Amino acid sequence: MDIVVCVKHVPETAEAELKIDASGKGIEKSGLVFYINEWDDYALEEAVRIKEKFGGTVTAITVGAEDSDSTLRKCLARGADKAIRLTDPKFAGSDGYATAKILYSVIKNLHYDLVLTGMQAGDDGYAMVGPILAEMLGIPHTTMAKKIELEAGVAKVNRELEGGLEEQLEIKLPALISVQTGINEPCYVSIMGIRKAMQKEINVMTLADTGLSEADMGETGSWLKIEKLYVPPAEKQTEFLKGTPDEVAAKVAEILKARGFI
Amino acid sequence: MPEIFVLAEHRQGQIRDITYEMLTKAREIAEKANLMLTAVILGKEVKEKAKTLAEYAKKVLVVEDAKLENFNSDAYQKVLVNLMKEYKPTLTLIGHTSYGIELAPRLAAALNMPLATDCIDLALEGDTLTVTRQMYGGKVNVNATLRKAESYMVTVRQAAFTTQKPVTPLNGEIIEKPSLLTEEITTKRFIQYILPPPGGVDITAAEKLVGIGRGIKDQSNIPLIEDFAKTIGAVLACSRPIVDKGWLPNDRQVGSSGKTVKPKLYIALGISGAFQHVLGMKNSDLIIAINKDPNAPIFSFSDYGVVEDLFKIIPSLKNKIYELKGQKA
Ligand SMILES: Cc1cc2nc3c(=O)[nH]c(=O)nc-3n(C[C@H](O)[C@H](O)[C@H](O)COP(=O)(O)OP(=O)(O)OC[C@H]3O[C@@H](n4cnc5c(N)ncnc54)[C@H](O)[C@@H]3O)c2cc1C
Ligand SMILES: Nc1ncnc2c1ncn2[C@@H]1O[C@H](COP(=O)(O)O)[C@@H](O)[C@H]1O
Repeated sequence: MDIVVCVKHVPETAEAELKIDASGKGIEKSGLVFYINEWDDYALEEAVRIKEKFGGTVTAITVGAEDSDSTLRKCLARGADKAIRLTDPKFAGSDGYATAKILYSVIKNLHYDLVLTGMQAGDDGYAMVGPILAEMLGIPHTTMAKKIELEAGVAKVNRELEGGLEEQLEIKLPALISVQTGINEPCYVSIMGIRKAMQKEINVMTLADTGLSEADMGETGSWLKIEKLYVPPAEKQTEFLKGTPDEVAAKVAEILKARGFI
Repeated sequence: MPEIFVLAEHRQGQIRDITYEMLTKAREIAEKANLMLTAVILGKEVKEKAKTLAEYAKKVLVVEDAKLENFNSDAYQKVLVNLMKEYKPTLTLIGHTSYGIELAPRLAAALNMPLATDCIDLALEGDTLTVTRQMYGGKVNVNATLRKAESYMVTVRQAAFTTQKPVTPLNGEIIEKPSLLTEEITTKRFIQYILPPPGGVDITAAEKLVGIGRGIKDQSNIPLIEDFAKTIGAVLACSRPIVDKGWLPNDRQVGSSGKTVKPKLYIALGISGAFQHVLGMKNSDLIIAINKDPNAPIFSFSDYGVVEDLFKIIPSLKNKIYELKGQKA
């Protein structure tokens, strides 16, 4: 079972203060902590577990800048055998479609039984790279996987619908599956694991290795052109309660009392 | 006449709300841009459903085939590629739902048609399509334009638009089209639906909920919050990561893939307010959010906001509540 896992190095933004940059088309990245996209963490874990059960190899692949190496190292430490980083200034500004083309240019030359992606990237949130990649590779796909069971030549997949409902499908291998959070419990990596992974090589490729032209990527090769970023307008008039923690707690308690909750 | 396609989403005989939300928005775009508003429905026996859609659309394309009984994106793609090549709709709307996520990106790639996903707004001016979507878990909105093309595709976020029935039904013409599916689809096969296991606690029945998110940091902090919830007789609910980590069972999850709740009181603790969570709780009567990030999206949906470390507030709040109740902590 040879598995390719697509991973993206993304900024942690849930807890960080975000600033829109001077161009108005991106956020200021300096000061942000980057890590493996949450969904890809589950995809990687799934790949490693499948490998442990059936044998084979796991190759982690990313399109990103040099600092994506820390995400690839994490993958190697967790059990990936090989890592590929696709880096080129020309890749900048690629949307999900252009990114899928770049990934395709390399994955098509690898041997795989399964390609795993996250169902979405936490930064752009396109939820499109996986299915587009599958179309380009000409293999079946399914998304939002909560459970994958492999049998001869097929994968039985439970995919998430809504409100806790799932559907079970069977797809023929080789296939691409994009995974949803909660499919497994990703392991923590030991310092030892990271150290060992430092010795493994990361295969770096550039535009020249993809066989693509400049027009295929970046803004020209993308479907979407970002015009402007802005802070979403509030849906409600929120009253912020201010003061020391004790004062604020007292205010909250008063509100609860006034509304009859106490 | 150029047209807008809206793909109807249905499951087990029910048309899903997203369909009418899209038809409402599409009607506005169609009127402005002088486009034919066309609903498209694929399925096994869906002619009856087409009649309902006809109230919302000027035309309904119906494709019936036993092979389309359960949603299968491979079968849908085959049928839709043909239909879209024939009608060349200027714009096609599909829900950004579990079905749309499976179908739309691959269909767009197959047709070489620019696609914008998970849009909360869109406008067609001349031949330029502008969309609004979100990034970074809802902390930032983005306006984007699609690469110029004859046809565009957009997936639409649930609840982004509010359904409005046309004042007079549009009485759309119902047209049956052949599926042109000759063989069974063998690449992907539906097996069955799997219902969520019956839960022990029904959070939808609770009047007061305390929702916890990743901000509670560790499972060992849950008893503290449970204690607090008890002081006001509230039930503990949570965001998805808490269930993913196995800290609480999935019957406690609020949101699009969990439960939709509408309690009298919802206190959100360390929840960022991603759209999928908000979808499940934004209609609560009173919402109080405690989050240390002043820019957390949850505040945009809250009546009261506290920008603070929840662990500094909760113990003190618990004591204040005991005081007001005239009890000892
Ligand atoms: C298809 C799909 C379906 C989904 N369905 C659901 C769903 O049903 N329900 C759901 O909830 N999510 C769902 N999600 C996930 C959703 O997108 C978010 O990832 C999730 O809601 C984030 O949970 P969170 O707010 O707990 O965590 P985070 O986004 O990580 O936010 C943690 C928050 O805690 C705050 N915080 C940290 N420490 C403290 C502290 N000491 N005091 C106060 N505040 C603190 C931070 O500032 C931050 O705002 C779904 C996603 C997808 C793609
Ligand atoms: N730059 C990238 N490099 C590698 N994989 C990616 C990249 N961008 C997206 N992916 C993969 O595609 C999935 C969906 O991303 P998206 O369509 O951007 O939301 C992610 O979870 C990754 O598995």
